[in-house]
Amino acid sequence: MREDTSTQKRRLPYFNKTDLLQLFLRGRVFLALIIVSAVFALLSPGFLSVTNIIIISKHVAINALLGIGMTFVILSGGIDLSVGSIVGLSAMIAGGLINEGIQMNTLGIILFPHTWMVIIITLIVGIIMGAINGLVITRFKVAPFIATLGMLYVARGLAGLRNNGYTFSNLVGKPEFGNTGFDRLGAGSFLGVNYSIWIMVVFALVAYFVSKRLPFGRHVYAIGGNRRTAELSGVRVNRTETIVYMISGFCSAMVGLIIASQLVAAHPATGEAFELTAIAAVVLGGTSLMGGRGSIGGTIIGAFVIGVLVDGLVVLGFSTFLQNVIKGIVIVGAIVIDQVQLRIQERIILQKQELNL
Amino acid sequence: MEDKATVSEFSNRDIDIIMRTENVTKVFPGIIALDGVNYNIYRGKINVLVGENGAGKSTLMKILAGNEQCTKGRIILEGEEIHINSPQDAMNYGISIIYQELDLCPNMSIAENIFLGREIVKRGIIENKIQQEHAYKLIHHLEQEMDPNTLVSELRIGAQQIVTIAKALSQDARILVMDEPTSALSTTEVEVLFRVIYELKERGITIIYISHKLDEVLHIGDNITVLRDGHIVAEEVVKNVNIEWVIEKMIGRKLERLFASKRHKIGKVLLQVEDLSLPRVGGGYIVNHVSFNLQEGEILGIYGLKGAGRSEMLECLMGANMLATGKIWLGDKEISNGTILDRIQAGLALVPEDRQRDGLVLTLSVADNMILASLEKYLNRFGLFLVSKKEKNAVHSFIKELSIKVSDPKSIVISLSGGNQQKVVLAKGLLTSPKVLMLDEPTRGIDVGAKHEVFEIMQNLAAQGYGILFVSSELKEILAMSDRILVMSKGKITGEFTKEMATEARLINASVNDK
Repeated sequence: MREDTSTQKRRLPYFNKTDLLQLFLRGRVFLALIIVSAVFALLSPGFLSVTNIIIISKHVAINALLGIGMTFVILSGGIDLSVGSIVGLSAMIAGGLINEGIQMNTLGIILFPHTWMVIIITLIVGIIMGAINGLVITRFKVAPFIATLGMLYVARGLAGLRNNGYTFSNLVGKPEFGNTGFDRLGAGSFLGVNYSIWIMVVFALVAYFVSKRLPFGRHVYAIGGNRRTAELSGVRVNRTETIVYMISGFCSAMVGLIIASQLVAAHPATGEAFELTAIAAVVLGGTSLMGGRGSIGGTIIGAFVIGVLVDGLVVLGFSTFLQNVIKGIVIVGAIVIDQVQLRIQERIILQKQELNL
Repeated sequence: MEDKATVSEFSNRDIDIIMRTENVTKVFPGIIALDGVNYNIYRGKINVLVGENGAGKSTLMKILAGNEQCTKGRIILEGEEIHINSPQDAMNYGISIIYQELDLCPNMSIAENIFLGREIVKRGIIENKIQQEHAYKLIHHLEQEMDPNTLVSELRIGAQQIVTIAKALSQDARILVMDEPTSALSTTEVEVLFRVIYELKERGITIIYISHKLDEVLHIGDNITVLRDGHIVAEEVVKNVNIEWVIEKMIGRKLERLFASKRHKIGKVLLQVEDLSLPRVGGGYIVNHVSFNLQEGEILGIYGLKGAGRSEMLECLMGANMLATGKIWLGDKEISNGTILDRIQAGLALVPEDRQRDGLVLTLSVADNMILASLEKYLNRFGLFLVSKKEKNAVHSFIKELSIKVSDPKSIVISLSGGNQQKVVLAKGLLTSPKVLMLDEPTRGIDVGAKHEVFEIMQNLAAQGYGILFVSSELKEILAMSDRILVMSKGKITGEFTKEMATEARLINASVNDK
């Protein structure tokens, strides 16, 4: 009402500049991906060949899948440290089911489930582990950090116990048991693109849809943004949070299956420290560790930034030690920029108000 | 304009100003808390600052104490401009503040709290003995007997208040700010506090005293300054004024024509509450056996001082507190044991007092906030996913109906003004299709125009048959808007007035009733 046209005219150029700055800051992860890819492409011809991109994507798929589950967790204001261990446990469960089957001592028989059943059982185990995380966090009010730290040990321990620390090797199954074909999950491809990449694409699309178009997704954002408001708005906070950890467990189990299949073996140490790269991908993708802010798309791009960086450094012959240093700097740098963006945004809002004074 | 004249006349008098603010403005996202405030603090006096909730008193004090920085304006101490960028700075200038919310660490002892951040050390090691002795002396000086090693969490609220005063004194303050120091104190503790304040004044310490209790303020103060909606509206010597003058300045005259008047007819009982109680941890009740009912088309005002238990009562009605007991019926349906979701679906909607803390998800957009509590309405016909078109229709219709000023519903909610943010929270409640709407201080911190709109919306809703519970600390508001008024004090209902019976004096009287 108080705004006459003259003040609006005066404001215009100022906003164009800040809008540009905001656009730049919002798209920074994508920008980073382009810059990193371009640098490696210059330094190493052939880096951006189709074959190489598929290889990189195959590596990225693992991290991206974990990142998808982790994104929901972090959006809700939590954290899941147990994903790496659940990866290991799932690999061992799947490996055990294929090589040893289900031993029913009372009946004196051994049941070898079909490969599809192996996959489904393993995914259910992952979901159950996530559900336990969620229940401990919501019912007993244990901080997510602690609850999932506990699960990190428990699941890793169980993975070792499954076969006394030994590897299940040669997971090809036997035709007479009808449980062959597990290795195809990791090795097979469709249209020349590895299954694991397709799985990543499907998971990412579904997760995107869930986060944007399902009430559940809105609830996750609301809980992370303001738990109390969510509660007072009738959001079933505990249930939503539990499901979030179940999703993370599900994604971890999927990764466990993919790795076991790719290696045609299940080792109890599979997935160690994966939780950290997953968190890094999420955070790099612009999701705030405080919750409520971020997106699945960001996480996928974040996972690609890390993947391209790691593979590129390997191609260029950097040592693992130097790779770690660079990875660390990139992650912290991303957060620094994130904070800068927040501050700029706040300042813009305040300035808008002052202009209206 | 007439207020300005009062101020300048006053400044001409030969009185020593120790500190003043010049054109201080503070903007929060969505709220203009202070707007060009020129506040004078007189040396060696008890400077009383009054104003309604949300008038900007606490913000002004936070700026003086270095917890907030002003957006615009200057602070002048002893004639020189100073910059207070941190609580440490304020302390160095001799400004000390005792907050309304006690800022003590409950897990630490009295002595540790008093010397927190300024520990007495020798070669880098804390001198516990010396700290304890000093703490003991400070507390003894305040006529209290407490062991300095006691954990603060073990103290009663009154005793904790004494510790905060001791802490402020230990900082050698020349200017001591007390923000609602008596709100949690018993009568005897208040007497002790007043003696302490007089003694501090005797020692030449300048005191800024903020309180809602007007009789108390007129009893103890030397000068009085009134803040309203972020502006200073009056400044006077206390002995020249009376309670009526203060109330008039606090509320402002123009408010009268703010209120939309539209008669509505009152129908059958909609909400019935019986024996609603919420026990306080550590004894007593926050909500003390409250019973009342609300009819269709009725605006039921609930008046009381801060801490009277009004907001807590609404939260109990909403099911947000597991410890609450009592029976609640909405229509013929008992909802006493329902979850928050059950109660929303039954037809209760709450617009919370602190919209930024309880009402909004600040990281989400205007549209997402509006539909947060009613998402199930916008699902496709299989009940699976949200349909953007349905969302948009709902959002647009309410943006229009409540005339929310927003260029794009997708913009982030904190970019709106306070009044428009409030309307977003209101829309969120209305979108759940409630029967009973509970509004907790709906006009807090919003400008006069927006207030008017909120009142109009309330009247329209009542005319449509909604039952409205209207909690407010502003007397004029509650008197003008309510069909019936309940007054709460210390968790109990201490008065019930029809529109005809209610007067300011009666409400205030009931609100300070301790029995």
